[in-house]
Amino acid sequence: MENMGVFFALLGAVLAAVMSGIGSARGVGMAGEAAAGVVTEDPSKFGKVLILQLLPGTQGIYGLLIAFITLTQIGILGGSSDVSLYKGLLYFIACLPMIFVGYWSAIRQARAAVASIAMVAKRPDQSGKAIIFPAMVETYAILALLISILAVTGIGSVNI
Amino acid sequence: MAEELYTYAVARIRSRELLLLNSDFIEQLMAAKSYEECLRLLTEKGWGGKGHTDVEQMLSEERDKAWALMEELVEDMSVFDILRYPNDYQNLKTAIKLVYAGKEGQSPFVRHGTVDSATIMEAVQSRDFSLLPERMRDPAGEAYEALMHTGDGQLCDRIVDKAALEAIHQAGTAQDNEFLGRYAEQTVAQADIRIAVRAWKTGKSPEWTRNALAACDTLDVEALAGAAESGLEEICEYLRHTVYAEGVPELEKSLSTFELWCDNHLIREIRPEKYHSFTVSPLAAYLLARKNEIKTVRIILLGRQNRLSKESIRERIREMYV
Repeated sequence: MENMGVFFALLGAVLAAVMSGIGSARGVGMAGEAAAGVVTEDPSKFGKVLILQLLPGTQGIYGLLIAFITLTQIGILGGSSDVSLYKGLLYFIACLPMIFVGYWSAIRQARAAVASIAMVAKRPDQSGKAIIFPAMVETYAILALLISILAVTGIGSVNI
Repeated sequence: MAEELYTYAVARIRSRELLLLNSDFIEQLMAAKSYEECLRLLTEKGWGGKGHTDVEQMLSEERDKAWALMEELVEDMSVFDILRYPNDYQNLKTAIKLVYAGKEGQSPFVRHGTVDSATIMEAVQSRDFSLLPERMRDPAGEAYEALMHTGDGQLCDRIVDKAALEAIHQAGTAQDNEFLGRYAEQTVAQADIRIAVRAWKTGKSPEWTRNALAACDTLDVEALAGAAESGLEEICEYLRHTVYAEGVPELEKSLSTFELWCDNHLIREIRPEKYHSFTVSPLAAYLLARKNEIKTVRIILLGRQNRLSKESIRERIREMYV
């Protein structure tokens, strides 16, 4: 049962990277389709729509970051990997914000990005405002990242 | 997942919407000093690219451009069947009448249907209606026999037109897309209203009217046919209790103002599609918007060509999508 601690902690780390990565891949792909549509008609808008396409990609990076910190904390990347079952479960719970919010915020941000790409297609002079709408979704991915970082780094000092 | 299929296509349509004619441009056309100036303004907008000066040829080219774009964007064109069925049935009527009249060669078939016009012509000529899709076989045979035995062109038209409306309604009911389903329902219901008014005006028998009306969800065709027996006031009274009540004042004025209301009502209904990004609806809305602007340009150009007064032309102008 003692090894199960590492198992749960590793599961949390892997899911944080995988779910956020899937969300970002889908999101960037979706926004990319819309961006390609606009650039097909007007290649001069490439720079403006590229920024919008990249916005849903950040969740994948946040997931990777959480996975990396967790792996460091539980000793998978070196040092002792002596993690109790309870601590392992705590690491898993600490990864949950990034797992869920990372995935869903990437998808929702992509939808907002696609709508903003349509806005740029019609009103290229409003591209600054168009970036704001999908960028607002980023707030919640950052909040999830923050709480996951605080929780993962804080578990080490908990005595259980 | 299916909703993402049209992301690329819708984004391209958003760019293309910039080229649609808006109400300011329509005003410019109206203010143009001559027919030639109207043509010049349209040419500057990219219309009639092959240098056509013939109105019908130019408008036909614009229709072709819209459908060519859709063929480029959409792999499975069956999503637009509701918009293409009327062309099939129009070609069926043409083919039956050509065969009846014993004419061959170049025929005024319309393009962009779901069935090749040559296949329709071949089916009618050989009386082998199995060449046609199942939905067209029975009405084709019935209309053919009716025209051959009675020589009544109106009867032939009634059979084929009803079959067209039934096909549109059926396709609309089977549609997953709410917008296209709603469009199909409105198309059938508004056609029923026009048929009922025309039947009353031309003194058709109640049986004729009943046989001409196609069933739909927003109208009770029995009640409409019954009202058509009594007169326009009864038709209007019945419609006041339906979702088409808003169009009754226009219908009371004339059938052409009601048709104008129908077209404007459709444009107002499709405008929200300018803000949807993933489904096939914005593509269908673009096709309908192009159809609407082509119709409006045709009204203006033919009006100017025939020296109609500007007031008379303005009364017939449709609202624009953008």
